Amino acid sequence: MANKTKEDALLRPKDVYPKEEKVDTWPYLVRKELIAILVFSIVLVVWSLVMNAPLEDLANPSLTPKESKAPWYFVGLQELLVYFDPWLAGVVLPTVILIGLTLIPYIDPDPVKGVGQYAFKKRIFAMFCFIFGFTMWFVLVGVGQYLRGPYWSFYWPWEDMEVAKQVEVTLTNLPLPAGIALIVCFFALGLTIPAAVFKNFYWKAGLVRYYITMTLFMFMMFVPLKMILRQVFHIRYVITTPWFNI
Amino acid sequence: MNIIVQMWRSIFRTGVADSPVHRVFRVVVNFLLHLHPARVSKDGIKLRYTFCLGGLSLFFFIVTAVTGGFLMIYYYPDVDKAYASMKDIDEIVPFGTFMRNLHRWAAHLMVIFVPLHMLRVFLTAAYKPPREFNWVIGVNLLLLTFLLSFTGYLLPWDQLSYWAVTVGTTMAENTPILGAQGPFSVLGPEEDMHFILLGGTTIGQPTLVRFYFAHCVALPGALAGLMALHFWRIRKAGGISRPL
Ligand code: HEM
Repeated sequence: MANKTKEDALLRPKDVYPKEEKVDTWPYLVRKELIAILVFSIVLVVWSLVMNAPLEDLANPSLTPKESKAPWYFVGLQELLVYFDPWLAGVVLPTVILIGLTLIPYIDPDPVKGVGQYAFKKRIFAMFCFIFGFTMWFVLVGVGQYLRGPYWSFYWPWEDMEVAKQVEVTLTNLPLPAGIALIVCFFALGLTIPAAVFKNFYWKAGLVRYYITMTLFMFMMFVPLKMILRQVFHIRYVITTPWFNI
Repeated sequence: MNIIVQMWRSIFRTGVADSPVHRVFRVVVNFLLHLHPARVSKDGIKLRYTFCLGGLSLFFFIVTAVTGGFLMIYYYPDVDKAYASMKDIDEIVPFGTFMRNLHRWAAHLMVIFVPLHMLRVFLTAAYKPPREFNWVIGVNLLLLTFLLSFTGYLLPWDQLSYWAVTVGTTMAENTPILGAQGPFSVLGPEEDMHFILLGGTTIGQPTLVRFYFAHCVALPGALAGLMALHFWRIRKAGGISRPL
């Protein structure tokens, strides 16, 4: 019995050619596509008539501007430079994000639940993870793009960016043993507690899926943790070594 | 034969009559429409299901490709001429500013709509079997979309583009092991990832040509090829996802 449902889940011929209600592509789908294209053609034309793409002065390698921002969709990563060294914010984190996104269909233990519906209640953990990460990306973009002024100082929207900011906060680093203990505890708890509390999820996912999922999840949660450590406890690095800092 | 009907037939290869057979025929024999199945699931085409996000991503890609071709005619990937050719496009070329604006704003919309499409696919669990691999293709489309936009950012060769791309490419220096500044680096500044990316230690003529090639040939080509695969896999998965 158990074997049979497993195979069904893998093959699911009914999903490939299911019986369902169909309508003619012409006109029912084609006309919707045409309307969508028409609407966004108008948006684009109007936008292009009222607003010009920026063109500043000729590039000058010897004149560093007071604020240089990455293109807006990467500003979230640039904002992360406040909390992480460049090798983490600019290389490791984006790589982990891409790996995590790629693995999503393979670590989701349920092949059927919620397909074809916006079913938030059926997939609470999956929905939470994705929406959390997605929102974090755009919140970071928003902060970096609109609230960071010259020298990446923080400005509220009502503050004048021409007025230079004094940065007084002195930051400390955690001693190495404490830092290692923090990281080990963080990941160890993150990998074990959910297995004990959500036994169903653990058994359904299996060992490999479970560990990959939770490792990725804890990586994601490490970002807000680092932010809190810095903003609330004024801690710059959790781990300092001669070769790298975290 | 009515001349209008004759013209219609010569272009679209079908008559103007309407019947179930004609409707199917019209989709199947039309080059653009044949990407679609002749009949589609009723739930799948609801606006509130896909919000048309994937289709619009494709639309914005096409707009940028067409306007990009126009810009290529006037643009020189040469550090001494690039900025001047942008000024020409903005000030002398007829409809130059308009074309450049269309190119820029359509690119912005694409960078916004592709992640939104990914969000919709996730929320409707459309990555589950048999669509797992199409999701993987999608992640690559997302990355390529970002890179396409990023490489284009350098081309105007103004202060904005030069320093934004400096910020972005400096990250390559910090790659662990393979970057000169990164942890455990084994390569010097003249052989690391950053150097390979820029063709030098700072952004210069080699960088401009590299980014130009990536932006106008390599990345759009890869994107178009992967999109074809993406659409084919949608058809092979039995069309758009729907409740099981
Ligand atoms: C250049 C970017 C992309 C284009 C032009 C594109 C285009 C499309 C189109 C036209 C559809 C048909 C349904 C719809 O419109 O929603 C579709 C479906 C799909 N896309 Fe994309 N897509 C892109 C990027 C992505 C990304 C980033 C992902 C995910 C990471 C993705 C995953 C999927 C999946 C799994 C489906 C099947 C959905 C279903 O059957 O409900 N695509 N795509």
